[in-house]
Amino acid sequence: MTKFALPFQDSVRPKASADETALRMIHILGFLFLAVALALPLGSLLLRAFEDQHGAFVGLHNFAIYVTTPSLIRSAWNSIWTAALTTLVVIPLAFAYAYGLTRSCMPGKWFFRAVMLLPIFAPSLLPALSLIYLFGNQGMLPWMMDGGSIYGPWGIIGAQIFYCFPAATIILSVALSTADGRLYEAAEALKASRFRIFFTVTLPGAMYGLVSAAVVVFTLVVTDFGIPKVIGGQFNVLATDVYKQVVGRQDLNMGAVVGLVLLIPAILAFLLDRWALGKKSATLSGRAVPYRPKPRAVRDRPAFLLCLAIALALTGIVAVAVWGSLIRFWPYNLSLTLDNYDFARFDAAGWQAVWLSIKLSLLTAIFGTAIIFILAYSLERGPRNGVFLAPLRFLATIPLAVPGLVLGLAYIIFFNATNNPLEIIYGTLAILVLNSVVHFYTVCHLTAVTAIRQLDPEFEAVSASLHVPVWRTFCRVTLPICLPAILEIAVFLFVSAMTTVSAVIFLYGPDTKPASVSVVHMDEAGQASAAAAMACVILAISLSAKLLQLSVNGVLGRFTSAWRR
Amino acid sequence: MRFFLLALAFLGLAPMAEAQQRTRLTVYTALENEQLQPFKQAAEAALRDIEIAWVRDSTGVITARLIAEKANPRADLVWGLSVFSLLQMEAQDMLEPYTPRGAEALRPNMRSARSPMTWTGMDAFVSAICFNTVVAQQRNLPRPSTWQDLLDPRFRGQIVMPNPNSSGTGFLTISGWIANMGEQGAWAFMDRLHENIQQYTHSGSAPCNNAARGEFGVGLSFDMRSVTLKNQGAPIDIIVPTDGVGFDLEATAIMRGTRNLEAAKRLADFTVSRTAAELYGRFYAMLALPGVEPTVRGYPAEFAQRLVNANFAEIAAARERLLAEWQRRYDGKSASR
Repeated sequence: MTKFALPFQDSVRPKASADETALRMIHILGFLFLAVALALPLGSLLLRAFEDQHGAFVGLHNFAIYVTTPSLIRSAWNSIWTAALTTLVVIPLAFAYAYGLTRSCMPGKWFFRAVMLLPIFAPSLLPALSLIYLFGNQGMLPWMMDGGSIYGPWGIIGAQIFYCFPAATIILSVALSTADGRLYEAAEALKASRFRIFFTVTLPGAMYGLVSAAVVVFTLVVTDFGIPKVIGGQFNVLATDVYKQVVGRQDLNMGAVVGLVLLIPAILAFLLDRWALGKKSATLSGRAVPYRPKPRAVRDRPAFLLCLAIALALTGIVAVAVWGSLIRFWPYNLSLTLDNYDFARFDAAGWQAVWLSIKLSLLTAIFGTAIIFILAYSLERGPRNGVFLAPLRFLATIPLAVPGLVLGLAYIIFFNATNNPLEIIYGTLAILVLNSVVHFYTVCHLTAVTAIRQLDPEFEAVSASLHVPVWRTFCRVTLPICLPAILEIAVFLFVSAMTTVSAVIFLYGPDTKPASVSVVHMDEAGQASAAAAMACVILAISLSAKLLQLSVNGVLGRFTSAWRR
Repeated sequence: MRFFLLALAFLGLAPMAEAQQRTRLTVYTALENEQLQPFKQAAEAALRDIEIAWVRDSTGVITARLIAEKANPRADLVWGLSVFSLLQMEAQDMLEPYTPRGAEALRPNMRSARSPMTWTGMDAFVSAICFNTVVAQQRNLPRPSTWQDLLDPRFRGQIVMPNPNSSGTGFLTISGWIANMGEQGAWAFMDRLHENIQQYTHSGSAPCNNAARGEFGVGLSFDMRSVTLKNQGAPIDIIVPTDGVGFDLEATAIMRGTRNLEAAKRLADFTVSRTAAELYGRFYAMLALPGVEPTVRGYPAEFAQRLVNANFAEIAAARERLLAEWQRRYDGKSASR
């Protein structure tokens, strides 16, 4: 459908030139933004891979050392199989959950929508602590480990499944939320079985979302070092290898080498994304009748039970951490106390860190959502022949594959250079905001693209033939239809900025220490209960943001997507 | 009357003028959280025109930040960072040579050998054993008093230590063994110890934190760590082995390229003063300034004699090689347990 609509649209569109110029300008601005905030910092760090520590050029010498490291192959293999196994578990679970949310008439959907994000509402230390309280050597359910240890690949996979579930579910529920009801009516009229409808209508419609979600989960697991660091024991993965080089040995040059190796998944992801793009056609055409699921017990009951089981598992893990924040000392003094919330006792920044995090997250959500959505729109609906298109798409998929640690160091090296005019933002809140927007760019970009691709380009074509400028179509049609996805992105950015550690730990200044960093510091200082308490405060704030979004969604939905009902 | 007004104006303005003159020094540190406030208060009381803004993180993160910021240093001073990190930065020409007033009085092995000095020591922290008494009773573990005791087969799978490739504390531990047993002896010791190791962690404080939680019976870490944990009610004993322990210095240095060199020098002077040493003595048992009695409790009287005779420069120079050898021997092996 896309292939057919586009040449048509280009040939008759009377205002094409003005619109095209505007969208091309956005391409250029977007390219400049990603170049300054992503490509140049990364480039300046990765150049170090070819230098020794005094800055002399040594060619491939560092790479030669790296490939002869005995544990390299093992780390790479460990990274790949844990990531693959996590993906294989997460995607079906997330698909079933998203399916229940969007294609069933089960009760309590709003509850399931809020609960699915619990894992990313708190720093990754929280699930790690919970898993130790549950399955560790002093845990409440050690029999579930069957004599095995939580410290190792199974702990990593368990925590990663918990942690990656929301990202996959967000992408898949956006992919499944818009469908053309006519296809289902036609299929039913032709007496196709439920099974057949699922495989010939539903699945192809969600194909792009499935590929994106799988790519996102795989890459998240490969690049995250927080979970393997805390719960992985000496099970080496590529991300902990970067940690060892940079934080353990302070060898930035070798760190840059491993960082480069970790970019390989990003390049594969980019190719896969291009491939999925070729297979994709718009599912919601201008003539579409929105699909509305009708109550059907055979589907709704199992969907409800499955979602309930997942939701209980997620809340259970969080509940253990909340309890952990209220006890004096695990596991020897389980009396309850609120002292752990008096943060000034444990960390000089105290509650100030929480206010700073809120400010950081609000700014990240506001600027990030605007930049990411407008840029995604211009990529999807702008001229198809610009020189900036391919680089923009590529840059948008990179951040996912860059470990936070590498991004943080890259920011130091680029923004702290004496000849960089942007040096003034170094050490301020601004650099933390910029870093957070870029760090979480990819998942938001994919969500935006998935939402926009589900709208037929005919919307623009019709508007253009009616002499309506593209910005007005954007504001009057695209924004309202995509509003749920936009709010989703804003909240995702907000909670990610609330919980992020790996990049900002290198960038905060004396007055800009975020709460998530305090959590790590308190845990390192042996104050696990206080760390859990701060994590719970972060969780409560994130949860409030999510509940706010859901109620806004409910109110707005009545005005903006009345046509869907 | 006019005089009165003038005096009033002077009195009113004086604090403001002082506030305006105060120089804000950015100080990077790996000190413990609870030390930051007392250290800041003492320094600001002694130097009325200086304000301290801390950036605190773990040794590895702070050192990586300092090295990454090398081209345009943001820290004026480093106060309370491992001497191994400072030696690494010295090798990259990142430290401002300056001999703080009174630094000659410090123990010779606890200050820079260069003239002018590039760094000055504050106190020593030692590698130590965190021993969970409750777990020990449950699993019938003997109480170790030397490193050699840890080779007892009853400790099989019970010991956790930091990976020296990830953590400065891990390197401190193995450098102590090397200084004590000689390199050959130390590798032989570690080969046998490896049999008893449950896990090599990435964080230097994790072994003690996890031993305190009863996750493991024995955690190798450093002495300071256990105080906080004990205060919370953890059933752990801190054991400083009698057969020689490695130690690391907390040290101070001025960053080359600081924008506030004069103020930084005055703070550096303060860090080697007697007042400062008494402050360090509230937390550490072994001080760089002789003649100051530490007030920290819980250390054996002959503590100082247990410290191995360490040549920091020599160990720092061999660091790369030792870490690579450690990785080859122990890190490439899979987690079989």
